[in-house]
Formats: sequence, C-alpha cells, structure tokens
Amino acid sequence: MSLFTDPRWGEALSHLPDYLGNHVRVSLAALALGLAVSLPLAILTRNRPAPRGILLALASIVQTVPGLALLALFYPLLLLAASVTLAWFGVSFSAFGFLPAMLALALYSMLPVLRNGITGLNGIDPALIEAAKGVGMTARQSLVMVELPLALPVMMAGIRTAAVWVIGTATLSTPIGQTSLGNYIFAGLQTQNWVFVLFGCVASALLALAVDQLLGLIESGLRRRSRLRSGLGAVGMAALVAATLVPTMGRSSQGYVVGAKTFAEQYVLSALMKDRLQAAGLSATARSGLGSSVIFEALKAGDIDLYVDYSGTLWANQLHRTDIKPRAELVAELKTALAKDNITLLGELGFENAYALVMPRKRAEALGIRTIADLTAHAATLSIAGDYEFFSRPEWAALQKAYGLQFRAQRQMQPDFMYAAVASGEVDVIAGYTSDGLIAKYDLVTLDDPKHAIPPYDAILLLAPKRAGDERLQAALQPLLGKIDIATMREANLRASGNDANSSPDAVARWLWEKIKQ
Amino acid sequence: MSSKLAISYQTATKSFGSLRAVDDVSLDIAEGEFLAVVGGSGSGKTTLLRLANRLIEADGGTITVEGEDVRNVDPVALRRRIGYVFQSGGLFPHLSVGDNIGITPKLLGEPATTIATRVDELLELVQLDRASHRDRLPETLSGGQRQRVGVARALAAKPRIVLMDEPFGALDPLTRDTLGDDYRTLHRRLGLTTVMITHDMTEAILLADRIAVMRGGKVLAQGTPAELSRSCDAYVLELLRTPRRQVERLNALLPQSGAA
Repeated sequence: MSLFTDPRWGEALSHLPDYLGNHVRVSLAALALGLAVSLPLAILTRNRPAPRGILLALASIVQTVPGLALLALFYPLLLLAASVTLAWFGVSFSAFGFLPAMLALALYSMLPVLRNGITGLNGIDPALIEAAKGVGMTARQSLVMVELPLALPVMMAGIRTAAVWVIGTATLSTPIGQTSLGNYIFAGLQTQNWVFVLFGCVASALLALAVDQLLGLIESGLRRRSRLRSGLGAVGMAALVAATLVPTMGRSSQGYVVGAKTFAEQYVLSALMKDRLQAAGLSATARSGLGSSVIFEALKAGDIDLYVDYSGTLWANQLHRTDIKPRAELVAELKTALAKDNITLLGELGFENAYALVMPRKRAEALGIRTIADLTAHAATLSIAGDYEFFSRPEWAALQKAYGLQFRAQRQMQPDFMYAAVASGEVDVIAGYTSDGLIAKYDLVTLDDPKHAIPPYDAILLLAPKRAGDERLQAALQPLLGKIDIATMREANLRASGNDANSSPDAVARWLWEKIKQ
Repeated sequence: MSSKLAISYQTATKSFGSLRAVDDVSLDIAEGEFLAVVGGSGSGKTTLLRLANRLIEADGGTITVEGEDVRNVDPVALRRRIGYVFQSGGLFPHLSVGDNIGITPKLLGEPATTIATRVDELLELVQLDRASHRDRLPETLSGGQRQRVGVARALAAKPRIVLMDEPFGALDPLTRDTLGDDYRTLHRRLGLTTVMITHDMTEAILLADRIAVMRGGKVLAQGTPAELSRSCDAYVLELLRTPRRQVERLNALLPQSGAA
C-alpha cells in the first residue's frame, strides 16, 4: 500500500480540528498569561539591576528544566493547591489538562519576553528619554508614548521566540491531559503508527512556522514603521487563531471521557470502550496518552469518566500494600477500598498484564525450566533484561527474595526491544509483560510463579465517582467484562504493534470486538 | 535693567559626586532678553540650563522662573510651559513631524483640531512646507530641517521662555547661519525670552543680547559683547579674541566681495 493512499492519513485528519484547536487554545492562553506577567516585570525592573538579575536568573533556570518535566511537575503542584483550596475555602478546581499545561507553558514563555523586554527598554537612546521629560511628559507618559513604542520591535522579537517555544512544547502536554498535536505523536510512538507521528510533527512544525512568519511580519512592520506590514501580520494572526478555534467552539458537552495510559494496549482498550458507548447511543471521546500517576487522580476528580487499570498497580500505588493475595481476593479487597472514594470497580476484563519472567520456548525446554523455581539453579550462568523501572520495583526485590535469584548480569532496555533480544539470545531471560503480543510472535514462554512473588495484575474497569449509579454506562460496558482472555489480548497487542492501516487502535478495537462479542 | 525677570539664579549650586558642575552661580535673565551662555565642554552650561526647568534639581541656592521659586512649581507643569530645544533635535523617531510638534499641546489636553491648526502655523513659522513635511518621520529630514522641527516643537505650547541646548552645533555652517538668523527673528516677533547654550563665541555675539561666560561651574563674566571686552579675565578675553582673529585672517585670505 502506498504511503499516500494509507487510510491512516484520513483518520489523522479527522482528529485535526480537535487536536489543533486545543493546541492553539492552550498555547494562546499560555502566551497571553506569560506576557501579562513578564511585560510588567520587565518594565518594573528595567532600572533596577539587582531584581532584574534575579528575575532573569530564575527565568533561565526554568528554561533549563526539560519541557516534559516542567509540565509533569505542575500536575502534582496543582493537585496540592486544589486540595488546599478545598480544605480552606470549600472550592476545588481541576488540576488536569488545560490548567497545568497553560501554567507550565506560560512559565516557559517568560525568559525570551523578559530578556527582550528589558533589552528593548534599556536600549533606548537616553537623549530621547530626556527629551520626553523635557517636553513635559510624566514618567508614565514617557513609558507609554516613547519608551514602549521604541522598545516594541525588540519586545516583539521576544514574543515571537516565546510563541515558537510554547507551540513546540505544547506537544508535550498530552500526558497531563491536555489534548494537543502531541496526541498524534504520543499515540503514534506507542502503537508504532508512524503516519500519526509524522502527521503530528508536521502539523506542529507548520503551526509554529506560520505563527513565526506572521509575528515576524508584525515585527518587521514595527521596525520599519510600516502600518501595512504590521496590519497584515495582525490580520493573518487573527485569521489563523479564528480558523483553528472556531471549528471546536460551542462543543460544550464532550459526553463520556475515556482515559488511556501511554501504551498500545491502553489505546486499544480505550478505543474499544469508546466504540461500545457510542454503539449504546452515548457520546464519548477518548483522552489518550495520560501519565500513569495522572490518570487515577483524573478519574477521582471526574476529569475522565472511565479507564482500565491493573489491580497490582493500584494495590501498591494507591493502597500502599506490599503483601500479595490471590487474584480474586485482591480485586475484591481493592473494590471495597476504592468504593470509599466512590470509585466503581466495575469488574475484570479477564486477562492480566503482569510482569513475568520470559524465555524462548526451546531454550526453556532444553534446560528443563518451567517455573521460576527451576530457574534458580541456572541463574548464575544467565543474564536478565528488564525495562527502565523493573529493577527498582518491589516485584524484583520480592522475586529475588522468594527464589534466591542471582543472575550473571542484568541490563535495562526499551520494552519493544527486549523480546527481540531474548529471542536472538542476546540475553537469556527478560522481565516482560504477560499480555504482550510479542510473546506469541517470538515463540516465548512465561515462567510460572509458584510462590506468588509477583502480585496479580488483572485488567479492571474503573468508573469515576460521578458515574457510580450510571446504569446506561454500566450496561454498555457489561459485554466486555470477563471476555478478554490473555491469548486474545496478546493477539490484539501484536496487531497494534504493526505499522500498517490495520494496526491503528481503532482498527484493532474493531477486530477485538468482533472476536469477543459472541 | 528695568523690566521684570524671566529667570533668576541666586547662588545656585549643583554637584555630581565630587564635581561641582554649577558652583555658586547668580545670573538674571530679563523678559524678552536673548542670553547666550558660552563655555567649553564640562563648563557646567548644560547643567545650568537644566536647573531652570528642573530636568536637573539644584542642591543649593534659589532659582525663580517668572518670579516663582521653581521648587514650588510642579516640574512637569514647569517643563510644559518652558520651550526646550535639544541638541540635534531630540525628535521622537516613531512620531511624524506633526505629532512631534504637537506633543506638548497634546499633553496639555488640547483638542486635536486646535493642535492640527497650531502645527500648520508652526511649520510655516519655521519655514517648512507643511504639506510635504507634516506626515514625514524625522529620519527622512535633513539635520537643518530636524532642528527647525525641534524649534517648532519647543514653541508649540506658546511658551514665553525658550531654553536651547547647543541647538545649531551639529549643522553645516550655511544652515547654521540661516537657522540662527531665522530664530533670532522669531525671538523678536514672538517676544520670547531665550537662553541659548553654545561653545561658539561668534555665534553668541551675532545672536545674543547678552553673553555669560562659564568655566569650571562658575560664571566668569556677563554682559553685552562690549561690556565683556572690558573684563579683566584672561579666559574671557581669549574667547573674545578668537572671532576677531578669525575675521582678520579671513579678510587677509579672501578677496573682499565686490572689490575690484
């Protein structure tokens, strides 16, 4: 199939009004806030070297924080602030999506605006400021009628830089729940959908380029004192903003919001749930690519209505439990605990996505290894690989303790590469995920855990507090419960990891539904 | 002098750090008078000028403008009623010629139509064609035209007093000569009091009624050129000799115009 006739372009295009509109909205708000804070600060500190130095140093420090980290930082900060305002004033606000993204991006925009504002104001010929005084201007009149207009071209250059930075960095606001052009990139990277990745990159680059050129036109108009140029630039900017915002305006009710974390299985499951809700006549949208720590809080706060999590994850992260119980018992206890927060644990989907030690089938058979206990005797001659967090997780400590495992070497790897590495013999054992499609593809086996050192990770469907008594919602989701076994989910995940038209989350979700609906 | 005083300095002093820029200066400027303050760079003449409209605040002594102690007058109001011509124009580069000229009336809140009429009058007064100059930006003007606009701006709010800081210093000799004569005519016609700073004694003698010579923050001598020539100060006499020497050399080198 040719790259140009790939139906995924059409699918990508269908998201454009939503993604682009939200991208422009958050960028615009961030830039406006950044300007509203930075310009007065630049004016106030222009003649005060000490505070000016401190301010520029702070802004520079903010700039050195990676964009993704800055955005991620604002989520817990706002969450804390929201709990404080709730406790003190009885009002809370959503720490999810727009607000943290806007604040972080506004902070990010401050350095160029501050720096150019101060440079512009300090670069004015002192004789002109003297002249402003001499013709009888007050300090304020001198600022408004002489200094600001003369500094404007330099300030505009700073605003232009800030705008390009904000538009670029806004693509990273997807994991904290702000829809943006980054949704294409995050989804594409996770599901190996390069059409989406390309589309997202090109769209955000084009947007940044267009804004840069239009602001550049305004800037050169200000420099050359050409009203025509500045006017054209301003009209162009207004047209661009209107064209991107208007298509999504007035869409007040989004209906049910289905959340998804940042990996392929989650994209598929959220697409499946969205389809089920729509089939039941309920309007639903997917909010994908949410960070693992963001998504549960978002559900609790009602920013999303439903998503799939894994029992062991909540057991450790939300209940802070380290003991291990059998699958059904753990889910039952979790259900009771979550009910205290009014969160509904609707039920299990049927499969587990747990950590498991994985080996090539032939190798395991040759060595006579069926369980982790069998592995203990061979471990000293074998190497193991895991993802970036596995070796610091409690599961690994529990495994080592329960079975006395001591491997010859341990390595960290990108999850996608681990399976190929173990299949080719580059490493002997990997800590994989039980629902991963690559297990079947490479003919690997998961080793049993007779001592139950690894907690169960049942996929469970969670509903937000405000949907607790929602019978239509629950009825629509009922057909999914207990229907997805591990083999089916593995095959779905394998399909989703392909790079063709049938591997988009929507396409895989349709395949999955056909498979389980009887 | 029988007439009233426009500006009066009594034992005025201003220091910048350890430098006494204006040192115990007493000087009266009568209404309608054209006074030139002559001195080299660093003599304190610009500081002295700016004490009058409080662009610089005096440390000691008393300065009165039209009988009022300047300390009792709001500095912004004071500057709006005293015209000020800056060295090399001081025009705002982002404003048109018309907007530059009309700035002080605008600050005073005069209606736009009044200002527009006034700008046209002033352009005519400083001999600039109003149709072709009013909407231009200062950067498109020659040095002489810019200084004419500077003079027009200083006169816009109909001041009785005009302060000029080396107004013609940066111009070519021909333009400088014409502009000086034209201003002298305006000074008479409008009944202004003018204080002009210059380092050029020839210019001072040709334009001013009276001359004050400054050096090291002090006024060494003041009076009409004839009165100055009776001074016993060596620096004052040296300054006065320069124009004369120039004339003698010019006469020797150039054939007299109209001579056979």
